[in-house]
Amino acid sequence: MAGIERRLIRLRTLVHVIAPRAGKAVPEGFRRLIAIEDVSKRYADGTVAVDRLSLQIPDRSITVLVGPSGCGKTTTLRMINRMIEPSSGTIRVDGEDVRARPVNTLRRSMGYVIQNAGLFQHRTILDNIATVPRLLGWSRQRARERAAELMERVGLDPAMARRYPYQLSGGQQQRVGVARALAADPPILLMDEPFSAVDPVVRRGLQEELLRIQGELGKAIVFVTHDMDEAITVGDRIAVLRTGGRLAQFAAPDEILSSPADPFVEEFLGSDRGIRGLSFLSTRDLELDRSRVFSVGSDLREISGRAPEGVPVLVTDADGRPLGWADPGSWDGDVEALEPHGPVFEVGRDSLRVALDRAVLSPTGQAVGVDGSGKVLGVAGQETVAAAIRSARRRRAADAPQEAPAVKAGR
Amino acid sequence: MNVLNFMQSFFSDGSHWHGRDGIPQRVWEHVQYTAEALAIASAIGLPVGLVTGHTRRGGNALAFLSAGARALPTFGLLVLMFFWLGIGIVPVMIPLVVLAVPPVLVTTYEAVRTVDPSPVDAARGMGMPEARILFQVEVPAALPLILSGLRSATVQIVSTATIAAYVSLGGVGRYILDGLYQHDYGKVVGGAALTAVLALLALLLFWAVGRVAVSPGVRRRRAA
Repeated sequence: MAGIERRLIRLRTLVHVIAPRAGKAVPEGFRRLIAIEDVSKRYADGTVAVDRLSLQIPDRSITVLVGPSGCGKTTTLRMINRMIEPSSGTIRVDGEDVRARPVNTLRRSMGYVIQNAGLFQHRTILDNIATVPRLLGWSRQRARERAAELMERVGLDPAMARRYPYQLSGGQQQRVGVARALAADPPILLMDEPFSAVDPVVRRGLQEELLRIQGELGKAIVFVTHDMDEAITVGDRIAVLRTGGRLAQFAAPDEILSSPADPFVEEFLGSDRGIRGLSFLSTRDLELDRSRVFSVGSDLREISGRAPEGVPVLVTDADGRPLGWADPGSWDGDVEALEPHGPVFEVGRDSLRVALDRAVLSPTGQAVGVDGSGKVLGVAGQETVAAAIRSARRRRAADAPQEAPAVKAGR
Repeated sequence: MNVLNFMQSFFSDGSHWHGRDGIPQRVWEHVQYTAEALAIASAIGLPVGLVTGHTRRGGNALAFLSAGARALPTFGLLVLMFFWLGIGIVPVMIPLVVLAVPPVLVTTYEAVRTVDPSPVDAARGMGMPEARILFQVEVPAALPLILSGLRSATVQIVSTATIAAYVSLGGVGRYILDGLYQHDYGKVVGGAALTAVLALLALLLFWAVGRVAVSPGVRRRRAA
């Protein structure tokens, strides 16, 4: 019994690893799920929150609405589930006008996650998550069983089921918020600055968790944030809105980074969009140098024979895992005397941004590339990474922009 | 004689423990007046407070009305009602209700209005009907404050219901009034002590209700 369970868990883990890519890399032929057609929102005092906005939000992808405060991103999100009614224009879901259905039926068909989670303090975690199934008329027991499944899905300890929200950290509360939004398995998830109120480390974890869940479930997610980094991390498509509720650019993250539509978008991206754009380039084709890697058992004379004095070499253990850098002229074979190699990058999984970062951090200027099991595949210097960036850019420029798959090479 | 001696002489007198003017009978009458006035005040104050708190509208009108009601002298109102309506329970109930409605109404309104808006927004966004938002999201979170409004109203009614004796009705106020006329200060002190004990019992009752009715998730959060 326990053996089967373990195998099932392994299988699930495998699915987690494979699925995110599968969920993300479908750039064309998206089913158009939410269509925002020429929508405006004007208030009685004359303020224009959203100005003639049209957006096609595809299924099975994360669409991020990003922009400075007052750009109408939250208003746009709240018009989809009719928390705010547009002054003009139409919003359709699967071709049907959102006003065609009773408002509460509509809202129950869309998950809703807000900034501070908005948990019900008087209800246990389990009953919080069971809210929408209960509204849909499920029995209490069935709703709770479903809620328990969801807790597992978002990575919450089952022991938390009977606790109350005040006993959870901010990050855990937000996981409960996501689980509650997913409880009735809605095809659409609306997330309004869901991770803005937690610290950066927790936010990072929640973002990765969201991408993992999205890989498994493939919802149409509309995600509002004011943080461009977050938009780039989670978004398959990013809609940049400018103050006054007008669309500035709607494109894939790498396209926005490499060719911002106008000075507003460029300024909003900040000063390091070049470096950030490297997140979308894979280390798969990076040229790695194996000649400077030696196993700890190697003959010292062989090392000094092959590597000129003054050029450091990387010493690995017998299994090929990195131990540290050594100067071949002076090293006497003492493992303790090696210079620490610092963080490494995983070839193929990590992006060129990570590889460049490792090269910058490395005491020798050489980034250490490893495979999935941590064995050294080779090293790459800052110049090598720079060359790889140039050739990747050339390849991308040769491809038509629409065909370039938005492969997000991990961290 | 000091107060303790008065109390001892009053409570140790066996004739005070039975009959129409006995302590159990007078306490029971007092409890009845209190329960009745609280029920009427709640029937007015709770619904109005819940609805105005939920819609967040009408706060100024409520503040104005309750300030007006608080300015009315309870005893004056009793005398006025007595001359207008004659002897009976109604002239007593009106001033007690006028006294109790403001704390119930204003506290309920404030309690619901100041509930954290994000769970309410989340509930609405999940498609919860407004009535369920009020009773399943706002009221449970506002309950400690709503109960405190009811509690202070109850304590005020308990102490003020002594005025029933002025219009020939019962309750523990009877002892205070009769004692004053008869220069029997033991009776006065005994009546006052009974009023105080009843008020303390009311506090205890509300504490117990709060323990049972308020969710641990809300109670501990407020304590934290």
